[in-house]
Amino acid sequence: MRQVAIYGKGGIGKSTTTQNLNAGLGEMGKKIMIVGCDPKADSTRLILGGLAQETVLDTLREEGDDIDLDQVLKEGVFHIRCVESGGPEPGVGCAGRGIITSITLLERLGAYTEDLDYVFYDVLGDVVCGGFAMPIREGKAREIYIVCSGEMMALYAANNISKGIRKYANTGGVRLGGLICNSRNVDGEADLVSAVAKEMGTQMIHFVPRDNMVQRAEINKKTVIQYDPNCDQANQYRVLAKKIDENDMFVIPSPLTQDRLETLLMEHGLVA
Amino acid sequence: MDFKSAVLGRYNARIYKSRKDHILEVKAGEDQKIAANTRAVPGLMTNRGCCYAGCKGVVVGPLKDTCVITHGPIGCGFYSWGTRRNKARPDADGNNYIQYCFSTDMQEPDIVFGGEKKLKKAIDEIMAIFKPKRIMICSTCPVGLIGDDIHAVANQVEKDYGVTCVAFSCEGYKGVSQSAGHHIANNGLMRRVIGTDDSGSLGQHTINLLGEYNIGGDGWETERLLRAIGYQVVAVFTGDGSVADIARSHRADINLVQCHRSINYVAEMMKTAFGINWLKVNFIGLKAIAQSLRDLATFFGDPVLIERTEEVIAEELAAVTPDVEYYRSRLSGRTAALFVGGSRSHHYQDLLADFGVETVLAGYEFAHRDDYEGREVIPDIKEDADSKNIENLVVEPDRRYRAFLTPERYQELKETIGLEEYAGLIRGMANGGWVVDDLNHFETEEMIRLLKPDVFFSGVKDKYVAQKAGVVCRQLHSYDYSGPYSGYRGAVNFGRDVTMGLFAPAWKLVTPPWLEAKNA
Repeated sequence: MRQVAIYGKGGIGKSTTTQNLNAGLGEMGKKIMIVGCDPKADSTRLILGGLAQETVLDTLREEGDDIDLDQVLKEGVFHIRCVESGGPEPGVGCAGRGIITSITLLERLGAYTEDLDYVFYDVLGDVVCGGFAMPIREGKAREIYIVCSGEMMALYAANNISKGIRKYANTGGVRLGGLICNSRNVDGEADLVSAVAKEMGTQMIHFVPRDNMVQRAEINKKTVIQYDPNCDQANQYRVLAKKIDENDMFVIPSPLTQDRLETLLMEHGLVA
Repeated sequence: MDFKSAVLGRYNARIYKSRKDHILEVKAGEDQKIAANTRAVPGLMTNRGCCYAGCKGVVVGPLKDTCVITHGPIGCGFYSWGTRRNKARPDADGNNYIQYCFSTDMQEPDIVFGGEKKLKKAIDEIMAIFKPKRIMICSTCPVGLIGDDIHAVANQVEKDYGVTCVAFSCEGYKGVSQSAGHHIANNGLMRRVIGTDDSGSLGQHTINLLGEYNIGGDGWETERLLRAIGYQVVAVFTGDGSVADIARSHRADINLVQCHRSINYVAEMMKTAFGINWLKVNFIGLKAIAQSLRDLATFFGDPVLIERTEEVIAEELAAVTPDVEYYRSRLSGRTAALFVGGSRSHHYQDLLADFGVETVLAGYEFAHRDDYEGREVIPDIKEDADSKNIENLVVEPDRRYRAFLTPERYQELKETIGLEEYAGLIRGMANGGWVVDDLNHFETEEMIRLLKPDVFFSGVKDKYVAQKAGVVCRQLHSYDYSGPYSGYRGAVNFGRDVTMGLFAPAWKLVTPPWLEAKNA
């Protein structure tokens, strides 16, 4: 079982990319569970066809200790199992603690079965506190992919997340598998992301081009592979899925200084 | 080797640097500087408490007409329940809530989803069952971490029920010791309670007693003396105290400050806002009591009060002299060490001296430099990040500001009775005595080994460190189920308890296993 966590700046397309790439893996016949680690509970919408998901934490709050796995685990397309951690409404409580509680509970409920090839954690935004680092701590995700684009703030967030990975790399054994560039069509994007990845000691594992097909599929509550299996974008996600499945480059990242990051942006991001 | 060198010699460089300025040998006539109110070093086994302990446990907890609810997991509320021995009689309405422990008992889902709703619900239950007129909310650490807005809940409670509800953000992690909690509690009382009741008349010679928590009935004994002379006690902060009394306290003629650390902020703020002068007093120790009563009579300058003061002192002293003389005959020549909070390590030196007992070491858990060196050092105390983190409430003169003294009389009293002055602990000690701030477990053991005090006065956290070393320990936080120790009658109780401890044959009856093995 490979446990994979997807991090990245808020709004960069983590949930969309995760679900589309999981559809690719699912199509290959892999057995997958997605654990959404976002209080908004929108990490599994495409896989489940928009089905509203009872979150682990809501169930815990309402049912007390007496929870069965099938109350919180739903199966979607390609038999992908979906769980949403859930969390408090904005501005109250502690979402980070919620993730810790939720993952511990999933383990106790026996969600991590032997037959799984992959468990994906789709984690909210930046690693703001210990709770959001839960998926990369001891015994959880061993590999991480950071979704980013060629925009400065996305790369800045990626660099910051790599600091968190380095911290837990020594204690928990987690490794960075690469950057996934979810293109925003900015200048010199592929070069820039590749250069940053290289300096971090990792790779840009795939460049996912920008395509309105993704938006169309989302509106229809579907992954691209379901919505239009023969389009180019579907193939891009299949390639990404295959690259991740075959990936053997797992590193402890070396984060860049702010100055170095800005220099790289000047070198690659400005097209004369 | 002296005590300081012996202790510091065992520390590594980092701890040495941190501790060296917290320990000093008293040199009479010199202005000595001590480090205080700084972070305790992890691993040193300090006796300090937390901010919540200072706010809820010390200042707010004793208020008898108030339901104090701890917002947090159950431990903080439970372990601060009924442990302080601050006694209280029911108030005028027949209510007394101090025997209760109210807590929201936060669980994991409350942490994740926020605990405000549960807090409101708990208060709804309190209102349904007890119908109190006042509620106070004290925060614990997790509440600060998840950001529950307890002040908004308090506002809602006031709207819903028309009661007084004050919230204190006294999360345990704030500051370096319980001292931060005292300050936060003082701010809350000043902002929300003091000066809120202008009804009725108070009478003549009105006083507030600040920093008297009525441990073992101390406050009652002090009040008995004050009333016998002819003073009206308006409010006690906060032993056997009530919010109802404190609401009227801004109209008293003078504030008497017993504990200089936990309630001095209120004394200073009431001076600024309402013009009330304050006087540092000590009702522990025969000479100290007489001095305090005489200073107070001088403040009012009323011949009848002055005469009555002398009569009461003479009567009270005569009544206890035979007992005091007896205990003095048993205790004279002994030595003691004192490690308590607030001002007790200073106050009890006066009482011990009455019995001929010399204090060889004294220290505070959570004092600031002014408690050791005197208030004149306050302008020189450097604010650090920890102290800046605690709100410093700045008050303005109130429309009801009233100066009791003329400026000339104020200056005169500053010089004659030390009005609004406090000289600190160090100046009260004999040459060669030791002063240690934030004494820890190791230093306690070394102190017992090197200074060999006959009796150690401290609290429950280090009581058994002393007793395991075969030294009597009397608790000065709780009085070990005894007391009162204040006033003249209290002095006799104290003499009796210390004599009982020192002469108990228990110490000879027990042979520890390691000596048993050696003797066999």
